[in-house]
Amino acid sequence: MTTPSPIIDIRGLSLAYERDGRRTEILSALDLAVPRGQFLVIVGESGVGKSTLLRVLIDLAKPSGGTVTLDTDPATRTPMALVFQDARLLPWRRVIDNIAFGLERHGLAKSERRERAAAMLKLVGLSDLAGRWPHQLSGGQRQRIAIARALAVEPEVLLMDEPFSALDSFTREGLQDEIQRIKAQTGKTVLFVTHDIDEAVYLADRVVVLAGSPGRIAADVSIALPRPRQRRDAALVEAARHLRAELSRRSAEL
Amino acid sequence: MTSFRSAALAAAGLAAFLVLWEAAPRLDLINPAFLPPPSSIPAAFAREISGGAWPRAVAESLSHYVVGLVAGAGAGIALGLASGMFGWFESLTAGIVRLLRPIPGLAWVPFAIIWFGVQPSAAVFIIAVGVFWIVFFATQGAVRGVDRDLIEVAKAFGFRGAWPRLTKILLPAATPGILVGLRTALGQAWMAVVAAEIFGVPGIGARMMQASSLLSTDIVVVYMLTMAALYGLFDTGFVALQGWLLRWRA
Repeated sequence: MTTPSPIIDIRGLSLAYERDGRRTEILSALDLAVPRGQFLVIVGESGVGKSTLLRVLIDLAKPSGGTVTLDTDPATRTPMALVFQDARLLPWRRVIDNIAFGLERHGLAKSERRERAAAMLKLVGLSDLAGRWPHQLSGGQRQRIAIARALAVEPEVLLMDEPFSALDSFTREGLQDEIQRIKAQTGKTVLFVTHDIDEAVYLADRVVVLAGSPGRIAADVSIALPRPRQRRDAALVEAARHLRAELSRRSAEL
Repeated sequence: MTSFRSAALAAAGLAAFLVLWEAAPRLDLINPAFLPPPSSIPAAFAREISGGAWPRAVAESLSHYVVGLVAGAGAGIALGLASGMFGWFESLTAGIVRLLRPIPGLAWVPFAIIWFGVQPSAAVFIIAVGVFWIVFFATQGAVRGVDRDLIEVAKAFGFRGAWPRLTKILLPAATPGILVGLRTALGQAWMAVVAAEIFGVPGIGARMMQASSLLSTDIVVVYMLTMAALYGLFDTGFVALQGWLLRWRA
């Protein structure tokens, strides 16, 4: 039996930088294979290299060793798109043009870009806000627009860097449900970084725990619970408890 | 109410100023040839218009102003962007900037006359030099101050060259800062207009010098007020444009 090749295959990835003659290792000898269509959540304390991993994948940071192999369609202009923690909308663009931003590299006519942006706006349920400026939006709306902007370029992998951590808990729960709905609707592979274990088990098909300095994979747990999930579901609570125990055991070891 | 009160006070202050100004030459506190009373200004204005001197001088000065402003601001924005974007360019020009920046715009008058003669191009040159530095530093600072996070957004979406970085992020993000520089330059350029024309390039400044040599001080005042009015007009227009360009801001 052959397993399908992973959409992202990371082998021996390490990242270190040198400052004032001191070498700091962020990631070391990391192996991670992400199957197509998986909702993979990476958890870990701050400073463990979770965000760095996403930044390497989207080519905002250069690894010092190892390989990243992508099995994406070569015709895709933007195989991966990133949602930042702080939405980072461009304040001088209206909502619709923020969503169309990444498409400006795809050689589409303006009307076509607008059309696709409008479809994405609809997907995140904010069609009324097309003509607004970013400063007129709430934090949750801004983050939804950032998600729409990332999806607009039709990436095969959606990278999300603690996208909901700056939001109030009510908005956060709404967006957690939203991203699951979008994931189900689009079938994208999602790499989602968070430091919130409850969020991780609620969203994930699989949770990878990064721990230590430099960051290594401390646990790799699959969450095979059916969706939609209940937040207070006993199995979820148990999975979270197990992860917490694992995390504290590993941090004590490392 | 408060805004009405302050407007009323401003009007009262202006009226008092005009009354004092009218009284001083009329009561012979000051020789009327040295300071014409304001009541004599409308007649002088009418004479200048009917003689055709006023429209001609204004048209000449405005053309110096606009051309000098556009040239100086264009060069200032272009080099300011380059200097803000590329460290090597900034280093390359740092010495030149240190050498030339402290030289007042008017110190270029001798060379302007040698190079261009007493011609409109000399006035344009002096105006452009003054405007250039203001806009250059405003642009350079604004580009340097652009949020790195936004540049990362462009990179993350695959906009990686200098040109897309400039057009997608740096220029729009730096626009508020550039506009502040341009507004300062708008005022600075007016000063340069008079200065350049006082050396003989035809326009408002030259007409003022001509009138003053004939002791027609009422005509000098006509052009002083003309400059105030034109500047006010330009500044108001610019502020409106600025508001529209920056309508995306909170």
